[in-house]
Amino acid sequence: MSNISRDEVAHLAKLARMAVTEEELDTFAGQLDQILDAVAKVGEVAGDDIPPTSHAVPLTNVFRTDEVRPGLSQDEALAGAPAAEEGRFRVPRILGEEQ
Amino acid sequence: MTTAELMDYAEVIERYDPVLGLEVHVELSTNTKMFCGCPNSFGGDPNTHVCPVCLGMPGALPVVNGTAVESAIRIGLALNCDIAEWCRFARKNYFYPDMPKNFQTSQYDEPIAFDGHLDVVLDDGEVVRVDIERAHMEEDTGKSLHVGGATGRIHGAEHSLLDYNRAGVPLIEIVTKPITGMGERAPEVARAYVTALRDLLRAMDVSDVRMDQGSLRCDANVSLMAKGAGEFGTRTETKNVNSLRSVERAVRYEMTRHAAILADGGSIKQETRHFQEADGTTAAGRTKETAEDYRYFPEPDLVPIAPTREWVEQLRATIPELPWQRRKRIQEDWNLTDEELRDLVNTGAIELVAATVDAGADQADARSWWVQYLNQQATSRETELADLVITPAQVARVIELVGSGELTNKLARQVVDGVLDGDGDPDQVIEKRGLKVVSDDSALLAAVDEALAAQPDVADKIRGGKVQAAGAIVGAVMKATKGQADAARVRELILERVGA
Amino acid sequence: MSDLTRLTAAELADKIHAGEVSAAETTQAHLDRIAAVDGDVHAFLHVDAEGALEAARAVDADIAAGTAPASPLAGVPLALKDVLTTRGVPTTCGSRTLEGWLPPYDATVTRRLREAGVPILGKTNMDEFAMGSSTENSAYGPTRNPWDLDRIPGGSGGGSSASLAAYEAPLAIGTDTGGSIRQPAAVTATVGVKPTYGGVSRYGLVAFSSSLDQAGPCGRTVLDAALLHEVIAGHDPMDATSIDAPVPAVVDAAREGARGDLSGVKIGVVRELSGEGYQGGVLRSFEAAVAQLKELGAEVVEVSCPNFTYALPAYYLIAPSECSSNLARFDAMRYGLRVADDGNHSAEEVMSLTREEGFGAEVKRRVMLGTYALSSGYYDAYYGSAQKVRTLITRDFAAAFEQVDVLVSPTTPVTPFKLGEKVDDPLAMYLNDICSIPANLAGNAAMSVPSGLSDEDGLPVGLQIMAPALADDRLYRVGAAYETARGPVLDKLGELEAAK
Ligand SMILES: [Mg+2]
Ligand SMILES: [Zn+2]
Repeated sequence: MSNISRDEVAHLAKLARMAVTEEELDTFAGQLDQILDAVAKVGEVAGDDIPPTSHAVPLTNVFRTDEVRPGLSQDEALAGAPAAEEGRFRVPRILGEEQ
Repeated sequence: MTTAELMDYAEVIERYDPVLGLEVHVELSTNTKMFCGCPNSFGGDPNTHVCPVCLGMPGALPVVNGTAVESAIRIGLALNCDIAEWCRFARKNYFYPDMPKNFQTSQYDEPIAFDGHLDVVLDDGEVVRVDIERAHMEEDTGKSLHVGGATGRIHGAEHSLLDYNRAGVPLIEIVTKPITGMGERAPEVARAYVTALRDLLRAMDVSDVRMDQGSLRCDANVSLMAKGAGEFGTRTETKNVNSLRSVERAVRYEMTRHAAILADGGSIKQETRHFQEADGTTAAGRTKETAEDYRYFPEPDLVPIAPTREWVEQLRATIPELPWQRRKRIQEDWNLTDEELRDLVNTGAIELVAATVDAGADQADARSWWVQYLNQQATSRETELADLVITPAQVARVIELVGSGELTNKLARQVVDGVLDGDGDPDQVIEKRGLKVVSDDSALLAAVDEALAAQPDVADKIRGGKVQAAGAIVGAVMKATKGQADAARVRELILERVGA
Repeated sequence: MSDLTRLTAAELADKIHAGEVSAAETTQAHLDRIAAVDGDVHAFLHVDAEGALEAARAVDADIAAGTAPASPLAGVPLALKDVLTTRGVPTTCGSRTLEGWLPPYDATVTRRLREAGVPILGKTNMDEFAMGSSTENSAYGPTRNPWDLDRIPGGSGGGSSASLAAYEAPLAIGTDTGGSIRQPAAVTATVGVKPTYGGVSRYGLVAFSSSLDQAGPCGRTVLDAALLHEVIAGHDPMDATSIDAPVPAVVDAAREGARGDLSGVKIGVVRELSGEGYQGGVLRSFEAAVAQLKELGAEVVEVSCPNFTYALPAYYLIAPSECSSNLARFDAMRYGLRVADDGNHSAEEVMSLTREEGFGAEVKRRVMLGTYALSSGYYDAYYGSAQKVRTLITRDFAAAFEQVDVLVSPTTPVTPFKLGEKVDDPLAMYLNDICSIPANLAGNAAMSVPSGLSDEDGLPVGLQIMAPALADDRLYRVGAAYETARGPVLDKLGELEAAK
């Protein structure tokens, strides 16, 4: 079913924002292929009549009341930031457009 | 793009049928954010309305704001939608620095409301039904400030600064089905739809619906199909449309742009475009290297929402009279002609007038203020009537003061100007600018005596029985009191003084 | 070695609350033990001596003042897995990407421990972001099994299990996504419990796979685990998946079980969790355990859960899928590691380079696996099918629990293997979780309790007990009865110093 190529691994790494090395591309291509082969087995029993389960407990309608709770101060929010400026998180220039 | 690359609008309509799709994002005016207890308020110092949840910190978990769900259901009901018996949130995965978790918690294939419609009234009174595909819940992103570079915009910036105060604010996204068959009226329909939606949401008090502040945002999808083709063309999605007027302009512009390209044998690129307010054109965004693959899957941190039918019916009972129903009733109650009603609707004044009447004003006075003076002010200040800072209650107060003689019409306009300038409510403006009618007779008498003394010949004429000559003295007194006197009282005093 | 470190948590609590020993000296004894042996074991990533002693002194002050202790465990120190946030105390999840991060908030589990007067000795080592079965995937070096320092202590919570087996702490907290509490317990001859999903709040538990993760108690005895279970469990409004129901009376159940009578209890042996791939010594130890359960009066039957053979593949799709999204937030923008911020790289590049540098091989592998399983075109075959398998496994459990009160199996198919033995063979490593995963997929409660040593290598084996959701008390009753009959296993481990 699988047979994942080096290019596909590169594409996945891009989607997942990881600058993997050439060497990793080879290693991961082989390992992902092997793993995907093994896990493809789930398809054997997953019939159309079986509903998927996304949650382990059958809870519904868990809501919060619309009341303000104390949050973080600006200092606390920025304390772990790699860089900050004017009360904001400073990040390198952004290339892409907003979605 | 120059105008030469646009097709003449009449020709566009002759050769193509436009297809519209409108996506409106509405920020709900809840007290708190969608998934955490941080305040949902506009402004504030950066990163002061944040917590581990909306900053996407490791370990933090979302919990759904129940009031936001109620608002979503109410909006769905007002749009004649079906309300899902069971639905979930999903994660929409993509990396962007203004989105702390690098996924947006949104609804995907299970929206809370779907299959509805909104009847929209065009300027000439024609009613068009716009079908609603879905209304779903999601969360807003933070705001980025681009530093360096010439424009302060994203291109050419050296770095960016992020403020997450708005990250996680509840949004409802309302998506229409394709709007077809509108022909040349397509841009007008787009504007009328967003206007109707805005009025509806305002009447329901679920959002501030301020396009200028981003609490109501419209993305316009436009495509053309050649006459008789029967198949939709490639669409573009125009963002950054920040006013009702821009909705109409953006749609019209895209239609003429598409047509010119198609007529030239070219093809439309499916892309996001940005509306440029300054010249009414659209510009392409940066093209993405790879097609987005959002890898949606059910949000495991949130359990499904299964609104009981009882709950839905309770919410249905809270929906106020809808704008178009209200219009009909207002026309009857106020005994308006179709034209008078249309004036009210077209200026966007109807709800404002109604609110002014609710605040105690006479409907004719209220209409006159909003449709005439305030409408002129909105135009000269380049804003929407509803976005003027004066409130219906304040207009009602001004009308009351005129009625009681404490303000002349001229003074009243000055008071309104003061309110619009941000000097406070009418009474504060009167106080601050000293605009009250001079009703102190002794002060007026002094001014009258002075005027009579200055013009003894006129005084004699009045004494001689030429009462209409008093006008000149009245004018002088009004000038001396800077218009703050009640002219009728001045006239009385003049006649009293000369013993006529 | 001080005697205090050899006592159980229950014994320590009795002595502290009776004023025989102080919480401070108890805490200090464990800190001394850590100082003596952790250079070899490396159970801890961070030791918070000051914080622990301060908490202990507060308990002593209460006792001196005659105030009732804050909880039955007040004053008994604990080792906390480094995946739960601790305000102002480093929380790394075993990852370079969070090196130096000081969370601004406490996890709910952390808060409950503090409120219960439990001194937190420090943060324990783990596979990076809880991905692994050997603790070799920690960016800070592996933890070693006190039974044999060349062997793995299990994973991902190897630091917690090793700290118990090395007598560095009488109690520990683990988290269990596919067996990360139970498998380390099994290979160190300690007790570990994965409570019912939703039984213990996940707020502040840095997510690996949100729909599977569950924090739970670890101890050297079933009663100790029960005492800790009651401290940390219970509804939390900050976690939408937290169950709003009374905590099962697990301490009472443990005390009742310790009386050694299981008559009236029906136990099912899961046919599919044995056979090929299981070490002979593990199977023989398991058979002996089953015989012992019968002697205690339980009725034992064999049950079949045919879909359990699909649990491992389903898990290795669901967990990576969720983790690919959960770990997206580690992007160098708001906290944690950032590399290549030299003015030449864009935000996108800095994200990619930081994630490349900050994540280890197993994390990258799973993130890519999950990205693949969720991507368009593959979703149905992989993630979608895995969720269907989850339904089938839940049904298998439901059918089994119609027949029996609890299910039993070995906790792991093999005894602890050598460090480095499987680190380059992901599939072989994944097989360690084959028995533990079904309970995670269905959300059931499950426990590992020591069942002696394998006859071929003298290394620990665990007995797994599984109960329906919200019936955690059954684990403790059966576990305590078995433990009492079986006798202590960990005592066979000589002094660590002697073992060397
Ligand atoms: Mg959206
Ligand atoms: Zn927040």
